[in-house]
Amino acid sequence: MKNDNRNRLVPRLSTSHALRKDRTGIQGLDELTGGGLPHGRPTLVCGGAGCGKTLLGMEFIVNGAKDFDQPGVFVAFEEQSQELAQNFSSLGLDLNALVEKKKILLDFVDIERSEITEAGDYDLDGLFIRLGYAIDSIHATRVVLDSIDALFAELSNIAILRSELRRLFRWLKSKGVTAVVTAERGDSGLTRYGLEEYVADCVVQLDHRANGQMFTRWLRVVKYRGSRHGTREFPFLIDEKGISLMPITSTGLKYTVSSERVSTGIPRLDAMMGGRGFYRGSSVLVSGTSGTGKTSLAAHFARAASASGERCLWLAHEESPSQIDRNMRSIGIELEPEIKKGMLRLHAVPPTIYDLEMHLLVIHKLVTEFDPRVVIIDPISNLALISSETEIKAMLIRLIDFFKMKQITSLFTSLSMGGPLVESNDAKLSSLMDTWLLLRVIESGAERNRVLQLLKSRGMDHSNQIREFLLTDHGAELRDVYLGPSGLLLTGSSLLVQKAHEKARAVLRDQKAGTREHALEHKRQALEAHIAALRAEFEIEQLNAQRIAGQSEQRSTVLSGDRIQMAKQRRADSGKAKKQR
Amino acid sequence: MKPKPEEQWTLRLYVAGQTPKSLAAFENLKRLCEERLVGHYHIEVIDLLKNPRLAKDDQILAIPTLVRRLPAPVRRIIGDLSDTERVLVGLDLRRPVPGASAS
Repeated sequence: MKNDNRNRLVPRLSTSHALRKDRTGIQGLDELTGGGLPHGRPTLVCGGAGCGKTLLGMEFIVNGAKDFDQPGVFVAFEEQSQELAQNFSSLGLDLNALVEKKKILLDFVDIERSEITEAGDYDLDGLFIRLGYAIDSIHATRVVLDSIDALFAELSNIAILRSELRRLFRWLKSKGVTAVVTAERGDSGLTRYGLEEYVADCVVQLDHRANGQMFTRWLRVVKYRGSRHGTREFPFLIDEKGISLMPITSTGLKYTVSSERVSTGIPRLDAMMGGRGFYRGSSVLVSGTSGTGKTSLAAHFARAASASGERCLWLAHEESPSQIDRNMRSIGIELEPEIKKGMLRLHAVPPTIYDLEMHLLVIHKLVTEFDPRVVIIDPISNLALISSETEIKAMLIRLIDFFKMKQITSLFTSLSMGGPLVESNDAKLSSLMDTWLLLRVIESGAERNRVLQLLKSRGMDHSNQIREFLLTDHGAELRDVYLGPSGLLLTGSSLLVQKAHEKARAVLRDQKAGTREHALEHKRQALEAHIAALRAEFEIEQLNAQRIAGQSEQRSTVLSGDRIQMAKQRRADSGKAKKQR
Repeated sequence: MKPKPEEQWTLRLYVAGQTPKSLAAFENLKRLCEERLVGHYHIEVIDLLKNPRLAKDDQILAIPTLVRRLPAPVRRIIGDLSDTERVLVGLDLRRPVPGASAS
């Protein structure tokens, strides 16, 4: 018993209790709502005129019939059948075919207030019967009522209407259909007639606001009983394919990273990055002041990627595609063949026609459609025209997350302001980037010359040296730079001058060195001669010394011989004398 | 005002089952026709529960709905027809006739 009681206190969160949902098939909305609208319950979609309520409802019905095998009834209170079919065929939704197959039933409720006189108590059983008949005739599981407010224009007894609408929502629920009921936005509440009070399950709000010169459509899930949902507003887009939104919230850095490399298209730049280029799926920032060759560098990358069979999407925020093509041709980069092959798509988006969220959405949509491996945004800094730095950074975080999830290598160019702190301008963006290339112009000797620096490149051994960045008629080239005698970088013609100087100096040095060597040899020879002479002298002296020693011995022998001789002589003398006597 | 002798009125009353409102509407209509259109009218009662298709075909939302099909133009009155004044206005039976108003 005790156990039972305790178990009862624990809220049940098993999966069998999870809310069943019906997918809308609208890109982004199903992600945002965690799988679609609550099954078998009414959802209120509210918003002002022209904000996309009817389209949302229609897509819900058409996608349901087409993709999820769920027949649907669309009740239009405001539009005529022909107009509605036309509106939807312009969006590529062929209603008639689905209507013929009994997958969709369109019902148009005529409302003309002037015709009707009210005399006494009434209810809306006619509408209920009509709706029930429509639902049963095609076994519909989806229903759209667009827009319910129109009833208030036809009928003047608000008290009756309110209670009947309350009954309608209950009735829809009892029928077990997944319903979308649209309503006009009100001045104080979400809807003009407070219908949100009757719908407890799910309320979606659409909006269409101007921010400066730009209009953006917004969608927010105001309420979703029993389901987790994103609460912030998301921008959405209506184009030839219908509604799409991008609920990129936070992907939580869950993507896997690649150690595969992609060439930058400039061999020397690859060489600066361990000889192999960028990491696949990494984000690259190319910043620099005006005219430093950012776009040219991007073009190299774009051409290399698309030529090696990787689709490349180029979002141009500044120049038209034809202008980019022409300019790049002037430095020998042919983009057109790749465009024709369908490997490269240049897409011009003037930054000021959308706000930031819409840009994000447009990029998301293009990427989803084209499925590129490389995306170039040139330049990202133009977005500063429409929003603050913090907002741009927040947008980029989401965008880069999205690219990384898809293993797309992204390259952003950024126009920095001049001045001594070029690096600090982009420092805020750089923290989001894996690789940061800085292009600069160095003025010296009445010339401006471009130099390139690899400020950072995460996860790889990279060169820390500055290179001269040359734009020739056959593409960009990187060259070593020289340090002049005063420690200044030498580039361009001053580099050539310096090189010539150095050559001349080297020749001179060679010559001087030659002479010096010669003199040294002389000296050595002289020294050796001197040594030889000294040695000879020494030998002579040695010989002399030996001779002298020999002579003195001889002399002493001679002397002793002499003495003997003398003695002999003396004796002889005596002997002689004796003899002579 | 009296209708012209050759004028035949065709009236349709849409109901949804035998509800109090439906019954009241029929009673009110019948009484009014007997007062004003004796011999010149025909009332057709349509129960949408039996003929649900007609809700769409005849564009019926509210119940009860009275439709004057003849004489043209078509006129619609919704409600249980308890507000006689409004019903007469709606059916165009209160057209002021010069000279007849005094009687």
